[in-house]
Amino acid sequence: MELPPFQAFMEQHRGTVYRFLAAAVGPDGADDCFQETFLAALRAYPRLTDTSRLDRWILRIASRKAIDHHRATGRRAVPTGDVPERPVAPAGSPEFDGELSAAVASLPPKQRLAVVHRHVLDRSYADVADILGTSEEAARANVYQGVKRLRELMT
Amino acid sequence: MNTRDLKRLAGGRESDRRSEAAATAVAAAAADHGLLDVALGTTDSPVGELLLAVTPRGLAYVAFDDEERDELLERLARRLSPRILEHRAATDEVRRQLDEYFEGERSRFELKLDRRLMRGIARDVLTATARVPFGRTTTYGRIAERIGRPRASRAVGNALGSNPIPIVVPCHRVLRSGGDVGGYAGGPERKRRLLRLEGALTG
Repeated sequence: MELPPFQAFMEQHRGTVYRFLAAAVGPDGADDCFQETFLAALRAYPRLTDTSRLDRWILRIASRKAIDHHRATGRRAVPTGDVPERPVAPAGSPEFDGELSAAVASLPPKQRLAVVHRHVLDRSYADVADILGTSEEAARANVYQGVKRLRELMT
Repeated sequence: MNTRDLKRLAGGRESDRRSEAAATAVAAAAADHGLLDVALGTTDSPVGELLLAVTPRGLAYVAFDDEERDELLERLARRLSPRILEHRAATDEVRRQLDEYFEGERSRFELKLDRRLMRGIARDVLTATARVPFGRTTTYGRIAERIGRPRASRAVGNALGSNPIPIVVPCHRVLRSGGDVGGYAGGPERKRRLLRLEGALTG
């Protein structure tokens, strides 16, 4: 398959990438990560040789940016049983759920991203594994552990 | 907690709306970082909406609105670069000069042109065509003579028909000998319209 014009590629994937980032880093960090994701993609774009799964490719980049974002903002998994403090929901966006978002943010990176790809974006385990560079088995384990932890946090 | 609750984190329609604004911001940042090889913009005109494609070298393409957009973008991706994004600001100067032209306030375009989409004889033909002044016309045969290939008027016609930068490179000023306006990539009606606008055709 030929490389589509970047405009068409971005049009096709921008919604998915934004939804992924809104869930993975929260609505406040999503804009910055979105821009970094597509700039990194644009930089590499002309040299892309495998154009068969561009959806996985862009989510791979977005996943790396989400991890970088968490590192930069110093958010890490905190092994406590406490429900994380509910952040202030950004004005005018009632659709974002602050408490759940904070619980997801407290998960270790691999679990967090695996849970988001699987349960927010409905990706197959094969996709989750490929996007996160793990085995399918590890992808299942990360989703399982992540969801288990979220259930503990949200009860 | 049900795993279905996690869907709410995606932000629903709010995220779709935000992703549109974020995509626009990507194009501006790409231009700042020198990553944008082809910038797209549109402008309204008396001959319909025009799609403009500008590269760092200059104006590369002007499309009439009957050209299929997706196909055009694919062609530009193949022949120029796949790093194509809508970025209106990069087409501002072209838009301004076109507006002035259509308002009768500009008879010469002062724009840098990217001629990479002109191939072979077309490059010579279009260079000769660019010298035909506002309000004047010439013929296919004359252009053929001017490029030193007096018997190539058919090739001249084909080259003009494939002009990637119509209006700015004024292929509408080249007519059939005998007065018939001849063909035009945007259709003969647009050609007549442009010639009337320049006062080169009455009625």
